[in-house]
Amino acid sequence: MIGSLAPSPRSERVVRLISQVGLGLGTLAITLLGLLLITFLISRVVPIDPVLSIVGERATEAQIAAIREKLGLDLPLWQQFFIYVTDAIQGDLGTSIKTGAPVASEIARYFPATLELATLGTIFGTLVGVPAGVLAATRPGSIADQIVRVVGLMGYSMPVFWLGLIGLLVFYGQLDWVAGPGRLDPTYDMKMEFTLTSYTGMILVDSALNGAWDVFANAVSHIILPAGLLGYVSMAYISRMTRSFMMNELGQEYITTARVKGMPEWRVIWVHAMKNVLVPLITVIALSYAYLLEGSVLTETIFAWPGLGSYITDALFSSDMPAVLGGTVVVGVVFVTLNMLSDIIYRLVDPRART
Amino acid sequence: MLLKHQFGRAAVFAALMSGTAPMALMAETPADTLVVADAIDDIVSIDPHEAFEFSGVDLNNNVYDSLVELDPALPGELVPGLAESWSVADDGMTYTFKIKSGITFSSGNPLTAEDAAGSLRRVVKLNKTPAFILTQFGLTPENVDQMITFEGDTVTLKTDKAYAPSFVYNCLTAGVANIVDMKTVMANEVEGDMGNAWLKANSAGTGAYVLKSFKPNAGYVLEARTGHWRGDATIKNVFMQHVPEGATQRLLLEKGDIDIARELTPTDIAGLAGNADIKVQSDVGGQVYYLALNQKKAELANPKVQEAMRWAVDYAGMADSILQGQWVVHQAFLPQGFLGALTETPYSLDVEKAKALMAESGVPLPLEVKFTVRNNQERLDIATSLQNTFAQVGINLVLDVGDGAQGLAVYRGRQHEMTLQTWGPDYPDPHTNASTFAMNPDNSDEAGNTGYLAWRTAWDPAELHAMTEAAVVEKDTEKRKAMYEEIQRKHRDNSAFVMMFQQARQDAMRANVMGFYAGGATDSASYWTVTK
Repeated sequence: MIGSLAPSPRSERVVRLISQVGLGLGTLAITLLGLLLITFLISRVVPIDPVLSIVGERATEAQIAAIREKLGLDLPLWQQFFIYVTDAIQGDLGTSIKTGAPVASEIARYFPATLELATLGTIFGTLVGVPAGVLAATRPGSIADQIVRVVGLMGYSMPVFWLGLIGLLVFYGQLDWVAGPGRLDPTYDMKMEFTLTSYTGMILVDSALNGAWDVFANAVSHIILPAGLLGYVSMAYISRMTRSFMMNELGQEYITTARVKGMPEWRVIWVHAMKNVLVPLITVIALSYAYLLEGSVLTETIFAWPGLGSYITDALFSSDMPAVLGGTVVVGVVFVTLNMLSDIIYRLVDPRART
Repeated sequence: MLLKHQFGRAAVFAALMSGTAPMALMAETPADTLVVADAIDDIVSIDPHEAFEFSGVDLNNNVYDSLVELDPALPGELVPGLAESWSVADDGMTYTFKIKSGITFSSGNPLTAEDAAGSLRRVVKLNKTPAFILTQFGLTPENVDQMITFEGDTVTLKTDKAYAPSFVYNCLTAGVANIVDMKTVMANEVEGDMGNAWLKANSAGTGAYVLKSFKPNAGYVLEARTGHWRGDATIKNVFMQHVPEGATQRLLLEKGDIDIARELTPTDIAGLAGNADIKVQSDVGGQVYYLALNQKKAELANPKVQEAMRWAVDYAGMADSILQGQWVVHQAFLPQGFLGALTETPYSLDVEKAKALMAESGVPLPLEVKFTVRNNQERLDIATSLQNTFAQVGINLVLDVGDGAQGLAVYRGRQHEMTLQTWGPDYPDPHTNASTFAMNPDNSDEAGNTGYLAWRTAWDPAELHAMTEAAVVEKDTEKRKAMYEEIQRKHRDNSAFVMMFQQARQDAMRANVMGFYAGGATDSASYWTVTK
């Protein structure tokens, strides 16, 4: 079936890919604009006065009015939005009301911590989730299937907060297998900060680039538990989806044909069926990655992990709307970009999508 | 096949063990390093002339000094800071401070009277949130260069009125009056900000420590200076880690990965009992919990109803069950530790007495009162207790729960009937609370005096207003103290406020940590006193 399609000339495919990327970028722009508009409107209709939260209890009405004017909150709504979008396009996400620092630079500090955690979590989730899902699909109803289901169900339904605390209590408190909350022990944190060069803000990457393997090892012992926790949650999702995609494929005629031809079972599953499972699975993994990249507030709180989730939540609690908007934009960009990337990979993997 | 699987599993397990076990063993705090866990996300700025949040002022207390300081052991007593002596002229408006010699900033620059004058001027010119602590003496950006001057080793401060000298001195002990290295700060000025942006990530003080690194919402590192005028600190490095969750802090403390945990809940504290490696240190804080009764609601302006409410609060019950060491019963607007603070607690839960007072008041029962409370577990617990005991005397509280900012907006807009609130002093002088609880120059809606709590709850303090005005200019400190005691008693027994609790603080630390001072109600945390 696949072989019957005539392959397009290479140059034509490149042009098509580029036009698809261009279309993706266009969609990105429109999606972001819509996202900005909605977030902006919500931020303006909530019954919380951002000015009140910064000036403190003592401020007089005059001081409040002065600050409102300084922040441009006295301008008409459409004008405020226009100014915001124009600045955002130039990479200026505004100034945090709470700290007075540029939102872009604050996010640049928090995002790498989340990126590191989410990436590792997704790798864990995929490495365990996909084989677990395949195992469950190839032996439906078996003990292995039941175990995968129960473990997955726990990942779905147990509160992350509780799992995190129990994880800390067991693996850090009792067994001493991993280091405690935070990204590094104080000694290594000081070493990282004062003697090594920071390239990306991701400690694992930076310490490796510096060749500081003691810092790297300490960072690993700190990240393994929160990343494992996030990985577990995403594994629960990925394994369920893999199982159902794989079950679907294994019922197809081409699988029967392959088996009849005497092909080894591992090849039937991991080469023939997996090729087709991969197509929807990429979207699933990308979505779960994007979800982790938003920053998991609860995980970050328990593990004292200074990431994007806590940043946005803190900003919300202090009615720091520029920070909330900035965080939302970043999350939006991440979502749309991952979506686009998974589309591209999807096209590369699935010959049908190339035409 | 089976064998292969088992081998694989064992290999993975061994890899996990070998990869992580040695690292966990390394996690111990070095002898010369103090590792503190706290929630420091309240920090807005660490420029000492802008910082006005607990965590930021705690940090600054260790990197900066002020001209005069309060004696932690004796409430209201002054001790020398960067000034070796100070005096006030007969006119009561001219203060002079003689600067100690031989003190240096962390940059190596010597401390001069010019730095001291320049720092106080900077506060007024920057005019950030805490600036009012100094500008209330009649200082403005326009006149400050004339009002604060220096010559040789002497700084002179002029005020617009003859205030109580203790008032002026107490305000100068506040964090906002910290002295900064003006040469360094001004060398880092950007677009006329007087070095404000630079001081948000650096320090330039005479304190025992110098700021090595500051990462908002993550932590900071302080490094001890050598040859410090207070004597060198034993602890060479202070590492503050932002750990928002109490349970996590507790685990870190139990494991010995941190030395001090500063944000524990009563449950965490209770869980630490019996652990010989850990001790809990109690201290008071400056905040007070109170009820404000809007005087626009006629029934709540009735003195008998107000008194009945004072007898209908289960102070001890709440302190023992809900507040468990986080708050203690305190029935005056000045927190313990302040000059003139009352320690007596005449009110307790007495339902019969409260009932009788309600009957005397002539108010038809049951009286329904809307009760504005912030959406936070502790406050809701207090509200529930009040709802229960008030109901027994014929007052039905209808809860109006909202977030902090919403509740504050209602309160500032005088839209509440009764509200549960906390108040923290702005500077270590009794006037800070007296001025807001017992003064209200104009009780009309149009006045918009939201800075006065009395105005917010539409209460006219009558004679107390004048008494507070007199107290703030009383030169004799003993007399001044007595005046505040009288104001507090009158306020406690006859006002639109029901004062209930004062903040208590519980810091848990490893048993080998000695000499940590949390700062009480008037000061901030000191790390330079710690040994381990």
